[in-house]
Amino acid sequence: MTALAPAVTVAPSRRLSPLTAVANTLTLTWRSLLKLRTNPEDIFGLVLTPVMYLLLFTYLFGGAISGNVHNYLQFELPGILVLAVIFSTLGTGQALSEDIRTGVFDRFRSLPISRSAPLAGAVLGDVTRYALSVAITLAFGMLLGFRIQASPLAAAAACLLVLVFALSMCWLSALLGLVSGSARGVQWIGSLIYFPLTFGSNVLVPTDKLPGWLQAFVKGNPLTFLTEAERGLLVGGPVAPAVIRTLLWSLGLFLVFAPLAVQVYRRRT
Amino acid sequence: MNGQTPAKDHDGIAIEVHGLVKRFGKTTALDGVDLTARTGTVLGLLGPNGAGKTTVVRTLATLIRPDAGTATVLGYDVQRDAHPVRQLVGLTGQYASVDELLSGLNNLVMIGRLLGISRGEAKARAAELLERFDLTEAARRPAKTYSGGMRRRLDLAASLVGRPRVLFLDEPTTGLDPRSRNELWSIVRGLTADGVTVLLTTQYLEEADQLCHDITVIDKGQVIATGTPDELKAKVSGQVLAVTPADPGRVPQIEDILTQRHRLAPATSPDSGTVTVAVPDSALVPALVRELDEAGIGIEELALRKPSLDEVFLALTGNRAPEPEGIPQ
Repeated sequence: MTALAPAVTVAPSRRLSPLTAVANTLTLTWRSLLKLRTNPEDIFGLVLTPVMYLLLFTYLFGGAISGNVHNYLQFELPGILVLAVIFSTLGTGQALSEDIRTGVFDRFRSLPISRSAPLAGAVLGDVTRYALSVAITLAFGMLLGFRIQASPLAAAAACLLVLVFALSMCWLSALLGLVSGSARGVQWIGSLIYFPLTFGSNVLVPTDKLPGWLQAFVKGNPLTFLTEAERGLLVGGPVAPAVIRTLLWSLGLFLVFAPLAVQVYRRRT
Repeated sequence: MNGQTPAKDHDGIAIEVHGLVKRFGKTTALDGVDLTARTGTVLGLLGPNGAGKTTVVRTLATLIRPDAGTATVLGYDVQRDAHPVRQLVGLTGQYASVDELLSGLNNLVMIGRLLGISRGEAKARAAELLERFDLTEAARRPAKTYSGGMRRRLDLAASLVGRPRVLFLDEPTTGLDPRSRNELWSIVRGLTADGVTVLLTTQYLEEADQLCHDITVIDKGQVIATGTPDELKAKVSGQVLAVTPADPGRVPQIEDILTQRHRLAPATSPDSGTVTVAVPDSALVPALVRELDEAGIGIEELALRKPSLDEVFLALTGNRAPEPEGIPQ
């Protein structure tokens, strides 16, 4: 029974060192990324969603909105980038609710590890997923004929900006995951919030082609600013106001939802 | 560096719980529970569904905070010293809490890494446990492809990665086939032989009888009996008479005689057609046999024996004893 014999000699430590907390977080980031490798459906969703969006919207709306497909692709791709990444943030909440449902969270909580590591590890792992989603959207878009017209540096900034925004949004998703109790619940409530937010923006259609009342909503929607910033950084045009507004929104969303999620998580802990 | 605290003196007592109270909204899940587990023994926490067994375990594993009362594990208070307690205990919940998307191997490596073991050591420890729990062949498959028994074994392995000195098992054999159940029992016996203290909740009286050194019976959040299995059996006075008629159709008649003439409370097993009844005084038995004979009821089998733990449970809780299905004899 040597495999099971208990450790007898070491006295338990009183407190957790900050270094341990970092190590715990990295281990759980590793875990989150491992799933990407071992779970084909996950990869499928991550790859196919932007590909499907691009094919569908480009050829469905291209002619009608921009006269031809190429012009529309130049207009729409920055928006699809936003769409793909924002929807992939739903995965954060789904994974969390799944961990709660299966009892994996209880297992973590019974271990002598940092209380915040499961949450922080999940979010860090997901940022990698978002980056993948950005890369796939850009690569497939370019395959269809999208051309980056701004400098490479600006393009890199575009990728970074959408990731920053996603990092804020994923706290909303995490909150949904912590309160809803099931992956399906996250999908449901998430869709109710995400659909108006994403499609009720300038992602697919220029704002001036919309009826007045809708314009008012679209103009206040943070995703409109993000999309404007992405367009500026990828194909040229005014950038600074949209970027600043996007960053302010990111900060605001983060300041509201991250503490709320942590609060709910702590109460469960 | 982590501040080390000296091991506390706890006089051979691994788990001590006093006056534990826990409310969920208006429901009182625990209403002043006391229990004690001696180091290196198995304490069985027995009770029907909803009795509060899981709440006790979750409190001891630092997952929930009690509203009143104290609980210590190896001398550490589960509320004040939660971090030290977590270093000493292992938990296997009612449902196998493994990451279904990760392989068995990676599940265990992850726990090892979280406990601060190096990658190499974590892998070696995982391999060792997988071998011990007969999961080596499935080590690299995602846990979602495992059978129920395999998941339970993986879950138990996960709670043993850190070599805990106290192990909580919440209904560890519910839903397991007899072979897996026997394996689990032998693992638990091996653990206690190594000095591990086990707190095990169960609805199965046979399990408690086989495995536990001490038993605490709880019902509706209160302790209703404590003792060794033998002591508990002795608490129910008298003996049990079991009558099996040659013709199962005569069972109702036997029941009538017992309830109406003798004011006894018989119970009938529908499978075997055996009527069992607690008899306060064995002098009653000859009279009963005569009455059955006069009624012309042919008897296939008749036995007078000490009460089983099931009957003790029935007498203590006034409830129906838990269904022993899933524990085939």
